[in-house]
Amino acid sequence: MPAATRARWVLAAATSVALVASGCSSGSDGGSSGSSDTSKTFSYQSTEPQNPLQPANANETGGGRILQNLFKGLVDYDPSNAKLRMQVADTIETSDAQTFNVTLKDGWTFHDGTPVHAKNFVDAWNWAATTTNNQINGSWFSDIEGYQDVHPASGQPTTNKMSGLTVVDDLHFTVKLNSKVSYFEYKLGYIAFSPLPDAFFNDPAGYGQKPVGNGAYQFVSWDHNQQVVTKAYPNYQGVDKPKNGGVVFKIYSTSEAAYADLQSNNLDVIDQVPPSALATYKSDLGDRAIDAPQGAIQNIGFTLYQPDWAPPEKAKVRQGLSMAIDRDTITKTVLQGSRKAASAWVAEGVEGYKEGQCGDNCKFDPAKAKQLIAEGGGVPGNRLTITYNADGGHKEWVDAVCNSIRQSTGVDCVGDPKPDFKTARAAITGHQINGAFRTGWVQDYPLNANFLADVYRTGAASNDFGYSSPQFDQLANQADQAASVSDTVTGYQQAEAVLAQDMPAVPLWYYRTNSGYSTKVQNVTFDSFGNPAWTQVEVKG
Amino acid sequence: MGSYVLRRVLQMIPVFFGTTLLIFLMVYTLPGDPVAALFGDKAADPAVVANLKHKYYLDQPLWKQYLHYMGNLFQGDFGTSFTGRPVTEIMADAFPVTIRMALMAFLFEMIFGLCLGVVSGLKRGSVQDTLVLVLTLLVISIPVFVLAYIAQTVFATNLGWVTPTVQDSTDLSQLILPAIVLGSLSLAYVARLTRTSIGENLRADYMRTAVAKGLPRRTIITRHLLRNSLIPVVTFLGTDLGALMGGAIVTEGIFNVQGIGNVLYRAINQKEGPTIVGIVTVLVIVYLVASLIVDLLYAVLDPRIRYA
Repeated sequence: MPAATRARWVLAAATSVALVASGCSSGSDGGSSGSSDTSKTFSYQSTEPQNPLQPANANETGGGRILQNLFKGLVDYDPSNAKLRMQVADTIETSDAQTFNVTLKDGWTFHDGTPVHAKNFVDAWNWAATTTNNQINGSWFSDIEGYQDVHPASGQPTTNKMSGLTVVDDLHFTVKLNSKVSYFEYKLGYIAFSPLPDAFFNDPAGYGQKPVGNGAYQFVSWDHNQQVVTKAYPNYQGVDKPKNGGVVFKIYSTSEAAYADLQSNNLDVIDQVPPSALATYKSDLGDRAIDAPQGAIQNIGFTLYQPDWAPPEKAKVRQGLSMAIDRDTITKTVLQGSRKAASAWVAEGVEGYKEGQCGDNCKFDPAKAKQLIAEGGGVPGNRLTITYNADGGHKEWVDAVCNSIRQSTGVDCVGDPKPDFKTARAAITGHQINGAFRTGWVQDYPLNANFLADVYRTGAASNDFGYSSPQFDQLANQADQAASVSDTVTGYQQAEAVLAQDMPAVPLWYYRTNSGYSTKVQNVTFDSFGNPAWTQVEVKG
Repeated sequence: MGSYVLRRVLQMIPVFFGTTLLIFLMVYTLPGDPVAALFGDKAADPAVVANLKHKYYLDQPLWKQYLHYMGNLFQGDFGTSFTGRPVTEIMADAFPVTIRMALMAFLFEMIFGLCLGVVSGLKRGSVQDTLVLVLTLLVISIPVFVLAYIAQTVFATNLGWVTPTVQDSTDLSQLILPAIVLGSLSLAYVARLTRTSIGENLRADYMRTAVAKGLPRRTIITRHLLRNSLIPVVTFLGTDLGALMGGAIVTEGIFNVQGIGNVLYRAINQKEGPTIVGIVTVLVIVYLVASLIVDLLYAVLDPRIRYA
């Protein structure tokens, strides 16, 4: 839609003026610690949720952030180190990595006062996985035995209960998986695995407008397109008791507007600094600026399903292209330090991250790059196109990557912008392109398996490359069957090493959270999901 | 007069159908699958995609979708958005905000634009006239988003009179600044149109006659000069009301006003067909009604114009 593109372009162009303008704003008194008031709420930048507020129906940040405060699953991830920690679950035990015995803590309640029992989990998971309920995150339950019956690839489900889920008593249930997945408990921190109160099943649609959860905050109101208000739940049993009175999600349509409000203390914590303020936000906000690692990576993928890129010797060409990209310079200049050059396919800070897995292939070396490309028979037609969506702020770096490739190797490289994300995705998943495309991965859970199994395994849902390596698959399968999570992690590190030989995708850089907070709050830290540690935020008294 | 209005209203019907069909075709033939896009970066789940497409009637051929949509529309059903909210509810939230802002912008440009235009038109070549010409030229040449950012910086960041963005879109006083920014461009046009029109009419025969008859200056200006000079201005103002409502996307974005522009922008990004078609349909109706009122006003301003 031309109108939309133009409006966005206009806003982007406008930001240069805002930059000049915001330069004159006065300094701040910083985030010095002081007394805090646990009854006061703070505001957070949000977008209008795209779907009703049901845990298994949110995969965009607007709805997802709100839901993760309203609900708490069996486990979550410690915001300070991304390690798994028990929440509603007391223990999750397995002897064979296939059947998991879950014991719940006693005393957890939903915001309507009803207890959180084993059946609340089992019912919620069955409901979410059943095709007829149209939940976007339904495929998250595909590991569980009986998933095919409730979620057939086509046609109607034969039942609405997965055979792998068994309620033992109020505080115990078992989960049996289709095959061994040693790190299954890591997946359980995802919002889709939240429990649902009995009242939900009477009116799922109405509930989506007025959710009742079991998390640290309870739902107060959803003023559409304006704000979603939550307040601290006094009977919350989690290990992270709220140090504030609640979170108000204020809806913004542009990050520039949110940033302007942050600077004038009308908004307490923002999501991401707008691109226009990246160069100045640290001086604008002083010690209230945040620069934290995020579990997300930007890659350039190749169309290995095309005859041009299928032959094994083309791996050398891809290695050469990777070496032709000057990651350090691009992240510092074009991306203004908002990214960190990558040396692996797993993002920094994720459990199992191993620096340098990419080896020399990710080091800038024009001479070697030329040599490898020549050895691999050259880039087909001596021309590389990189498909990307023009609405995501990718143009600048794609052009920079292309310049880098062109200058170091003489390969003609051009960006191929598609008007928006939908169109780009359709071209990529529809196999309508030949060459390279922008791709990336944001962690679902902070474990290296998520960055590898879900992307590079043969036939994986997000394997847009058509990559199929028996060696990688075998190592991944072995890792899945490992006795412990730590063995899984090392197993996947071995699998990751295979990617360095085949180069189905070239890692570029890791994302970072560039954010900030107002003078009214303190103790604001961000986790690797790019979310603040909600309950730890203190509002000054 | 009555039959003229009736004829005009009847003319609106084909225009209405034509525009909705065009918008519908444009939205639904856009590349990219809105349902698959709900899954974001993740691979779409084919079973759920098929279900959702069926639910939103997207699995039907285009002409069936259009008939289905129009059929519902005549029963007052604008469809539902992906959030599960009826489009009528979304519009009922957003339209009042935009209408208030557009009306304030409209009043602002009308009152100040006319005053400036009259002052400079009556005293051509004076200091005031030059000042008005320079200022309006400046406003016309600056894009609206630049103006918005300047206003935001000066009045919110530097002076602290207002908050940088609108905190509560239903609060009239907070909408004043965005409304002024929104109306400023048209204000410049209104001022210049009035000035030219008055300048021309000052030299007209009926003006000389009025002066010769010895009428008081006040009567000459208000009864004879202004009334005759207003016709082009009213034409502009009438069409501008529609433009103010539809063209507020940039202003609403910068000031975070949750009006029609913002909703439309998001709907276009998500390719949420029912929301886009619904909003644009209403905007088209607003435009049609505004232009009808303009035509009727001609007759009031100039008795020589008769509608039969």
